[in-house]
Amino acid sequence: MRVVIMGCGRVGARLAGLLDTDGHSVTILDVNSYSFRRLSADFKGTALVGNGIDEEVLKKAGLEGADVFLSLTQGDNRNIMAAQIAKHIFNVPRVICRIYDPLREELYRTLGLETISPTVVFAAMLKEKLEG
Amino acid sequence: MYIIVVGGGRVGYYLTRALLGEGHEVLMVEKDAAICETVNDELGSICFRGDGCEAATLAEVGTDRADMLVAVTGDDEDNLVACQVAKYKFNVPRTIARIRNPRNEVLFKKLGVDVTISSTNIILESIEAEVPTHPLIHLMSIRDKGLEIVEVRIPPDSATVGKQVEELALPQGVVLALIIRKEHRPVVPVADTVLEAEDQVIAVTSPELEESLRTTLIGA
Repeated sequence: MRVVIMGCGRVGARLAGLLDTDGHSVTILDVNSYSFRRLSADFKGTALVGNGIDEEVLKKAGLEGADVFLSLTQGDNRNIMAAQIAKHIFNVPRVICRIYDPLREELYRTLGLETISPTVVFAAMLKEKLEG
Repeated sequence: MYIIVVGGGRVGYYLTRALLGEGHEVLMVEKDAAICETVNDELGSICFRGDGCEAATLAEVGTDRADMLVAVTGDDEDNLVACQVAKYKFNVPRTIARIRNPRNEVLFKKLGVDVTISSTNIILESIEAEVPTHPLIHLMSIRDKGLEIVEVRIPPDSATVGKQVEELALPQGVVLALIIRKEHRPVVPVADTVLEAEDQVIAVTSPELEESLRTTLIGA
């Protein structure tokens, strides 16, 4: 699979490493090159500095031929905008978008985005742990 | 009309003030407590502290009965989300977003924002109009038709001064709408209207024909 990840935070960097190890072609984007320190030394994919809400940057990241796009920055709105560009402009077959705010996540899910709210998932997990 | 303004920066502040002055019911949504306080002191209690991209905030300020939502924060992505939440969750009939990156215009339209205002383009156009040597000025664009209304000023040494409109080989699809003369006398151009020096010709054109319109009119 050709995968493009926006946001090289802990989750983005870790996922990039896992996919890279499995032999996928990975490009990871971040606005700050310092974030790339999180990638392991043997990462064979591409690390690109740039803002994923800019169409030109996404084009450079190879979105036109990508199979998957994931938006994993800290900002919900940035993730939402980039995911919509990937889906509606570049027609990437699978787009996954992280949205912390549960209400916003619900709305964009009904609008057709594949979304994950870590807030909802983690709270449910903790509840299950506590109540068995 | 009930209008919600998202973002209390300079644009949001002056917009809110102007809309209030026109007698509209206006509510500003702003995250920053200090800005809220200043606005409430100066304009009356019209600023709600909260995140205008959050559905909970927008529900609280009665977005479902709003006639219009205008998002004028400094970040394109925030303006997009505020407009989409208003449109798709609260069925606000008209949403307007300020954009910084002119390239986002097409995207925002596609994603359901009714009107986009590119501050970058507006500043460019205003500066363009002030540069005396620039012979073609963009007055406005009719985006959904792909047309522009432009102004071309005829320089005194232009080869077309003294020529009739029908003698000009204007590109197909361009329409001359108006000529404004020195004494502020507007003329609707017809086939035998003669061009004079310093005429301001207002024309409707597509962006592609702009350059050939300009060269035809000034005879360069």
